[in-house]
Order: sequence, then C-alpha cells, then structure tokens
Amino acid sequence: MSGNELLLFARGPALNVAGVIFIVGLIIRLIEIQWLRRKHDNAPPHGKPWPQALRTIGNRFVPAPGDTRRRPVTVIGGYVFHIGLFIALFLFVPHIVFFDAIFGVSWPGLPNGIIDGVTLLTMAAMVALAVDRLKDPVKRMLTDKEDMLTWMVTFLPLLTGWFAVNRLFTGYDTMLALHLLTVELLLIVFPFTKLMHAFTWVLARGYQGLIAGRKGAAS
Amino acid sequence: MPKDDMPRVTLGDSLRTHGISRRSFLRYCTMLGSAMALPPALLPNLARALETARRPSIIWLSFQECTGCTESLTRAHSPTLEQLILNQISLDYHHTLQAAAGDAAEHAREQAMEENKGKYIVVVDGSLPAEENGFSTIAGISNRAMLEDTAKHAAAIIAVGTCAAFGGIPAAWPNPTGAVPVSEIIRDKPIINVPGCPPIPVVITGTIAHFLTFGTLPELDDKGRPKAFFGDTIHDRCYRRPFYDQGKFAHSFDDEGARKGWCLYEVGCKGPTTYNACATIKWNQGTSFPIQAGHPCLGCSEPDFWDAGSFYKALSTPLASGGNGVWAAATVGVAGGVAAGTAAVMRRKKASKQREETTVDDLKEGTS
Repeated sequence: MSGNELLLFARGPALNVAGVIFIVGLIIRLIEIQWLRRKHDNAPPHGKPWPQALRTIGNRFVPAPGDTRRRPVTVIGGYVFHIGLFIALFLFVPHIVFFDAIFGVSWPGLPNGIIDGVTLLTMAAMVALAVDRLKDPVKRMLTDKEDMLTWMVTFLPLLTGWFAVNRLFTGYDTMLALHLLTVELLLIVFPFTKLMHAFTWVLARGYQGLIAGRKGAAS
Repeated sequence: MPKDDMPRVTLGDSLRTHGISRRSFLRYCTMLGSAMALPPALLPNLARALETARRPSIIWLSFQECTGCTESLTRAHSPTLEQLILNQISLDYHHTLQAAAGDAAEHAREQAMEENKGKYIVVVDGSLPAEENGFSTIAGISNRAMLEDTAKHAAAIIAVGTCAAFGGIPAAWPNPTGAVPVSEIIRDKPIINVPGCPPIPVVITGTIAHFLTFGTLPELDDKGRPKAFFGDTIHDRCYRRPFYDQGKFAHSFDDEGARKGWCLYEVGCKGPTTYNACATIKWNQGTSFPIQAGHPCLGCSEPDFWDAGSFYKALSTPLASGGNGVWAAATVGVAGGVAAGTAAVMRRKKASKQREETTVDDLKEGTS
C-alpha cells in the first residue's frame, strides 16, 4: 500500500468508523452518567449549591496551595501537557481546517513554528510525567494497563504529527496517514477509558461544588 | 549494420543544422545538468555525450491517453532546444507526429524494432487495458499485444504521463476498461516513470539525456520516478511555503489571502503529498506553475490523484462530508445511552433489592 493509498484509507473509511465509535460511545457514556444521578435531596441547602458548582468548575484550574512544591513534576508537567495539547490540537491550522470541514466553524490559528515548539514541550512533559510515575513507588503501584494505554494513544498522535510536519522518516503522505490512524485509535479508545475526563471534568467539578455547596462546605 | 550501429547524424550535427549555437547548447546542458542534480564536473561529459550521441531510435506508443503529454512535450511557440532534441532524437513511430498512416505506420514501427534491436527506447503515454477485452486497439492490434511485442527488444521503457506510469484517469473509478499502467504488463525491462498530467518537458528530455550520457537509467524513487526531478514535494519547494509556516492562508479563491498570494493548503493544495519539479523548473519555459497562478496543486504526478478526494478539500480533512453521518451517529449514541442508562438503573435497583443487612454480629464474625 502506497503512502497515498494509506492516507486515503485514513481520511476515508478508517476515520468514518473511528468517528462513529467516538460519537456513539461518547453520547452513551454521557447519558449513562447523567442517568445514574443521585436522588433529589429534599433537605434545605446550607450554602448556595449552584453558584458554588460554577465556582468550583473554575477554581480547580488553580493548583491547591503547596501542591506545586510538594509534587512539582505532576503539577507543572500536568499544566504544560494540558495547555500544550490544547494549543497543538485547536490552534494548528490544518487541524482548524479539519474541524471546519466537520462542524463548519473556524477560528484563527498560530504560526507553525510556535505549534512545533509547543508540541515538543508537550511531548517532553508527557515523558517527564511518565518517568515520574514509574519512578515513584506509590504512583507505580497505582498505574494500571489503562493508564499506559491512554498515555500511549495520546502520545502517538503528537509524535506522528510532529514527524509529519517536519518530514521525518517517511514522506508526508505516509506520516500524515499514520498521524490520522493514531488519532483514530485515540477516538476509538476515548469513550471507554479515563480519557473521558476531557468531557466529564465539567460534570465532576460541578457535582463536587454542588454537593459541597449543599452541605455548606468549601470546595 | 554499420560499425556505429545507427546510421544517423549526431545530435550535435542536427542542432547545428537547425542554427543552434554551441553557446546555447552548453547553456542548455548546464540547465539540464543542474535540473538533474549532476555535479558540475560532469557537465562537459554531458555536453560531449549529447553532442556526439547518435540519435537513438524511439518508438512512441500512445494508448488510452488524451495526447496532452505529446502536446506538453512538443508544443511551443518558438522551437526550443528541448523540442529539437526530442524531435531530432527520435520518433520512428508516433501516432500524432508521424506522417505515415495505416500499414505504413505499423511498418515503420516494425522496421525500427528490427533495425535497432535491443537498443531502442520505448516511450509510452496512456494506460492500457490489462485484458484483451476489445477496448483500445491500434491497427487491429490490442494495446497489450502491441506493448508486449514492442517492449520485447527494447533497451528501456519510459512511461510518460500519469496514465502510463500509474493508470491515471482511464484507471479512475470505476475503471471501465480495466486500465493498468505499463509496469503491470512489462516486468522484465527497466521502466522509468515520468508522471504528471502532463509531465514537464525537461523531465523527459533530462531522462533521455541521462540515458545517452551515462548509458544507464537515472536513480529512481520507490515509484520508479527519476529522483532528480521527483525528489522533493511541491510544498517543500514552493515559493508560498513561508506563508504556510507563518500560518497565512487563502480561505477561498477570492479572499484577501488569495489576492496576497498566501498558501493554498486550505483550498485543497496537494503540494505536500506531491513529488514533482513544477515549483522549481516551472512551465512554459520557466514562466509559471499552477500555484503561482493561484490554483492549488492537484497532485497529478501521484498515483490515483483523480480518486484521492476533492481537489478543493484540504489534505487534513475527512474525505466524507460529515453532516448526516454525524447526526446518525449521534442518534445511535442517544439510543445507546438511554439503553445503557436504563440497564444501569435496573442493575442498581436489583442490587439494592438483593442487599443483605449487615449486623454487628456479622462484623464480629469477620474480625474473629
């Protein structure tokens, strides 16, 4: 199979299948989570549940006091990785064109040089987080196969994308195809693993805030 | 046959007869040498070899094609060196260009084959039906039979144009004639693919010049194309590449970006996946090439370019147009979610019913 044929497969049938699995899986998971909500609490709230829910969604972007000093790799690496991934995913022009083709909305992107540097930083952060995780006995004990799988399917699209843009190892067509195929792997794995947190973080934080607000506790 | 095998004038003689000065000839050799990425030290060899080359016999077979390749290679408002070299070199048989017709034409082909056995070059443009299915015959001979017969004693085959090299438009879906490229019929001869729809003239003359100078085929890539011309993508050599790197794009054909000459990636340019020399050698004697004229590259020198999705959709986008598929998937997702949710609630109820009370005594038992 030539690079172009692989690219056509990745842009065509493979993307369609992965996209359907992703959308179906995502909606199933979100509805299921919502369906399993707790019974309505009839007791009068002690605080203001809804404002606190919204506040909790926002204030958990900031690390807890002392956290950065206690576990710098996790906190700094975590921020660099998440912000970097956001920039590389949503502000690289070929990606914006991709979203535009599907959702019909577009926005301005960043120059490739910046995306290139950000991608390298993001990958470096991922490697640092993985090393930290394997070196620390507690974290290593907590690490299971799902963690390794989700790390891998997140790392591979970054790596192949960076290779494709920089024309490393193979022609652009083959590497772009590999990039798309690894993204498709990510899409397939996404709804059924902890990667779902990319959507559920809002629900989880809001829920924590709501419960705490009801009890009159801080969150 | 006489001592020098081919009783013809040399290329140098022929060029001089046509009033081409030695200076222009050397300039042409330099251009050709640089296009082929030859070291400067080899340029005198190239010039000498070309000048003293006996015109090799070239048999040009046109199968399922549009004559665009011949147009590209021979058409010019003023005769160019390339054109002269091409014309002088060759062409014992060429449907479009030869004066002979019918039996006489076929006889010319047979004669050229007989006289230059093992030495002639076969140039093919157009793809051909793999089977003897009655599509495309010449003088009652099927394309396949003619190619097999002609290639038998050829020194090498040059597949000119995307049709001959990769199947091209005749092989595009649903490929009614069962068209295949030359390389799928002939497997025991060296084949040089010079794809493009049409290919750049200097690429074919360069390839022939290489063969005349060194007696060997130029270095080829994995798709059988001369690396000297097909070593880089259009994108990597494009003068608009800096705009790509800066994130400056034309979003449509009449927006500010288009007028400012920014990168055409978003309007479907296939430059990043297309290997060819358009961006460096250009067309019409170095005047321009499609991207310079404001149109995205179609990727015409790559296999299956005709079936590789819309010409005007960016390379990073899905081939299918999302819309309905996304909504269908979302509907299935909602149905699945309701089902999964209901199942989970039922599981919870069941678990709650089956729950057994734990007493203090149970706990005591557990710890003892």
